[in-house]
Amino acid sequence: MNLFFHLGRYFILIKRVFSKPEKSSVYFKRIVSEIDNIGISSLPIIAIISFFMGGVITIQSAFGFTSPLVPLYAVGFAARESMLLEFSPTIVCLILAGKIGSNIASEIGTMRITEQIDALEIMGINSSGYLILPKIAAGMLIMPFLIAISMFLGIFGGYVMGIATGACTSYEYIFGIQTFFQPWKLYYSFTKVVTFAFLITSISAYFGYYTKGGALEVGKSSTSAVVYSSIFILIFNFLLTQLFLT
Amino acid sequence: MIEIKNISKSFGTTKVIDNVSFTFEQGKTNLIIGESGSGKTTMLKLMVGLHEIDQGEILYDGLNFPLLGVKQKQEVRKKIGMLFQGGALFDSLTLEENVRFPLDMFTKMTKEEKLERVNFCLEKVQLTNKNNLYPGELSGGMKKRAALARAIANNPKYLFCDEPNSGLDPKTSIVIDNLIQSLTQEFNITTIVITHDMNSVVEIGQNILYVYKGKHWWTGNSQDILKTTNPELVDFVFASGFMKEVFNAVKKKQ
Repeated sequence: MNLFFHLGRYFILIKRVFSKPEKSSVYFKRIVSEIDNIGISSLPIIAIISFFMGGVITIQSAFGFTSPLVPLYAVGFAARESMLLEFSPTIVCLILAGKIGSNIASEIGTMRITEQIDALEIMGINSSGYLILPKIAAGMLIMPFLIAISMFLGIFGGYVMGIATGACTSYEYIFGIQTFFQPWKLYYSFTKVVTFAFLITSISAYFGYYTKGGALEVGKSSTSAVVYSSIFILIFNFLLTQLFLT
Repeated sequence: MIEIKNISKSFGTTKVIDNVSFTFEQGKTNLIIGESGSGKTTMLKLMVGLHEIDQGEILYDGLNFPLLGVKQKQEVRKKIGMLFQGGALFDSLTLEENVRFPLDMFTKMTKEEKLERVNFCLEKVQLTNKNNLYPGELSGGMKKRAALARAIANNPKYLFCDEPNSGLDPKTSIVIDNLIQSLTQEFNITTIVITHDMNSVVEIGQNILYVYKGKHWWTGNSQDILKTTNPELVDFVFASGFMKEVFNAVKKKQ
């Protein structure tokens, strides 16, 4: 019952979010500002995590491929496949759900409990559209770029660490990352990213928007935003994978 | 002018507003007074549409607000300025951006015109040259004044103030009261102030509605209230020894 209540309220909110903006130029400025807020500020953490994860995947692969029948270029191949198919689009999005999701829920939740959202409504502004639409649009626009950077840095991290630890040679790694490359996998990955971006921003905004009470409830909304965003990322990851890869 | 006719509101089984009717007059400071929990803020939220009424009518110059469509409601709301209890200034915007906000959203003014209007409003509330401060850098009184500047930025026809003096020292309270009254008279606004500050009642109460347990209990002005014999209102008004002394002094004069 509770689930249906939340689902119903979520879809009603989304309908209001996508209603016609009062003034497009103001919304455009907000989207640019949110791109900076959501995207650019997440870049350092994504860069660090992706670089080291790429490195670790390469070392683990090299360590695991003990059979002489497995060529060493498979290390590069494994690093590329892991980064492109799962680590960058899914795991990095789960990390972003924590960072961006809690940020959005606490920001909107605080605006709710301090009557800033009421102030918008009384001015005759569609508060849900004004606050949430720029976040969703910014997330869906900037996250594919973040993930592309994550993919590049992950593969580059694998290269650096693979060479540094002697797991493989430069030639083998580069040959590996070019082997059996299928471009449509990028389409699959970026479809996932755009979907996850929508889920993270809209679910987090939903929990923030319907916060009731005080600071404690803002904290709870923030936690719920991260938990439910993560759960829905995993569910949609399964659904999209099933849809694309079978 | 705003009229409320027989409005009622319940939350669950609790009746918070019970068949209240009143006329809030244009160009006057209309006060809604009452004890904490008597339904004052709920009444205000019903009037601006933040809660829906169970029954009755809320007429903005004859327009029945609860029956209007979303767009028509937005049009009425563009004429409303509201001062919230906590100010409700947007934290991420500077004072200038906060006051400019309704102008950005609803007018086609040029940058220069907007700046001129913002400076005019800030001057009215005695916050000249504070344009670049953020709400977090302001004191409680300054926040209230800044919120008042934002409320009047778009030339509202109706001004709502929810406990404008709460948490302020007596001196700042008087500044806020005087501001509200002067703005009301200067721009001929229908102003509705919720308060339980008796100093405000005496200072600016031109048309007072006393709400008791969600009901319309008494109506009058700041002079009438000092002569009242209504037992619940007497209890409320003269709860403090100071007000009793004022009352006795007034009686002696008469």
